[in-house]
Amino acid sequence: MGTGIAITIARAGIPVTLYDPVPASLARGRSLVADFFKSGVAKGKITEAAAQQAISLVGYTDDIEQLAGVTVAVEAVFEDLQVKHALLQSLFATCGAGVLILTNTSTLSITEIAAGCDHPSRVVGAHYCLPAPLMKLVEMSKGMQTSSEAWADAWGFEQATGQHPIETKDRPGFILNHFCIPYHNDVIRMVEQGTADPAEIDRAMKSALGFAMGPCELLDLIGLDTQLRASEAFYEVTNNPRIAPPPLLRRMVAAGQLGRKTKNGFYRYDRDAVFGA
Amino acid sequence: MTKRTYQVECNGESRSFPTSHPFLEASASNGEVLVLAGQWPVDAALPQAADRTAIVVELGLECLAVYVSGSPAPSNLLGFCRWRVGTSEPSDLVELVTLPETEPSAVLAARTMFEQAGFTVSRCEDRAGRIVDRLIRPQFNLALNAVDDGLATPDDLDTALKLGLGYRRGLLRLVEEGGLADHHRVTAHLFAAYGQAAYVSPRSAAAAAHRAATIEGAG
Repeated sequence: MGTGIAITIARAGIPVTLYDPVPASLARGRSLVADFFKSGVAKGKITEAAAQQAISLVGYTDDIEQLAGVTVAVEAVFEDLQVKHALLQSLFATCGAGVLILTNTSTLSITEIAAGCDHPSRVVGAHYCLPAPLMKLVEMSKGMQTSSEAWADAWGFEQATGQHPIETKDRPGFILNHFCIPYHNDVIRMVEQGTADPAEIDRAMKSALGFAMGPCELLDLIGLDTQLRASEAFYEVTNNPRIAPPPLLRRMVAAGQLGRKTKNGFYRYDRDAVFGA
Repeated sequence: MTKRTYQVECNGESRSFPTSHPFLEASASNGEVLVLAGQWPVDAALPQAADRTAIVVELGLECLAVYVSGSPAPSNLLGFCRWRVGTSEPSDLVELVTLPETEPSAVLAARTMFEQAGFTVSRCEDRAGRIVDRLIRPQFNLALNAVDDGLATPDDLDTALKLGLGYRRGLLRLVEEGGLADHHRVTAHLFAAYGQAAYVSPRSAAAAAHRAATIEGAG
């Protein structure tokens, strides 16, 4: 996710440093950046010159001290409060108390993330969509201690990088996950109950509502394990029955039927068979 | 594939075919499939059509089981509904409803007939809400409640759903165009069927229904 966000920043002509303490991850990030822009040039979406310019704007470091002088930091680390607290404290120590920190959290509270550091007024929620270079929407939310200056700076930053910020509240799931996690669980329950097959459900929803992908196709793309993880995380803070992971979801994940990543989910990707076949 | 023949009989107002449609106009007497469009009384026997490959009766909110008296159900009986939001134009999706007794040959005949007429067909078991209403009405409710809760402005909400989840027209615009009173009618029916909080009618929809009923009563 961090690499995708870095691409959106570099593409807007802004120098960006990708920080990861694991060198192998940085190497992977460098490859992804190069591949993204190479693909963009091949598809005619960006000129060769613009691509090279964007690539040259991305720096890579596994030493957080190299971030001294950074004025805006976007964190996209593991969804764990302690991990984020530790990172934010390090960023403030390295970059100074005035650094603006955007947190890409999807499951944690902005207020709780900010409360674990010395300068909570400088922390703003900025949840990017996957894949960030292709999805312009960013769900922005204030923590209870976010200052109006930080909010205005964060909003301006997102607009400057060509993204489309939308203001929402510091609530579980913000907007998108608030809608799609329970909906996807409803779909899984429909399959589980035998009401309709995945292909019938996908066809119905695409035809009736104009979706480009049906919900079962989308679940296979996202990964059933991702849906399970998200459901468990949000169910813990909401106790919303729609968000409780359906038994079929747990079983499919246990059986390794994760979707496209294992070539087997609601659909098989090595042959034409569909779910259960 | 052989062109399926069908005969359409209409009774009362049809939500699936509110106006003339090429499908209705292509009806032929003694077609292989008998299509019962409109609203058929549940306490009267459906036209005897044991000789037809399939009998397809239009459904509103009711389940197909409503039209079955005695057991087992006819093996050539199916239900159908063109999905529609309130007073908006019916979509080209036909939800084809089957019973455990429905013969595969009847399903194939009905399905092919609709597909040859240019509709998209999705088959489902006989459940309240079928496929689309059962999945999308909770989403409409979520959107209407989200506005009340201040999660985002209505415009921002629909923009987020369009940009982030591919809802081409958002959710609020879609349900409001169809009419909130009608949405209340559908979601209240699903709440009665399933008893799940996801189907509880939101404030704005319940209010719209109350207004409509009050105005109609006064008139």
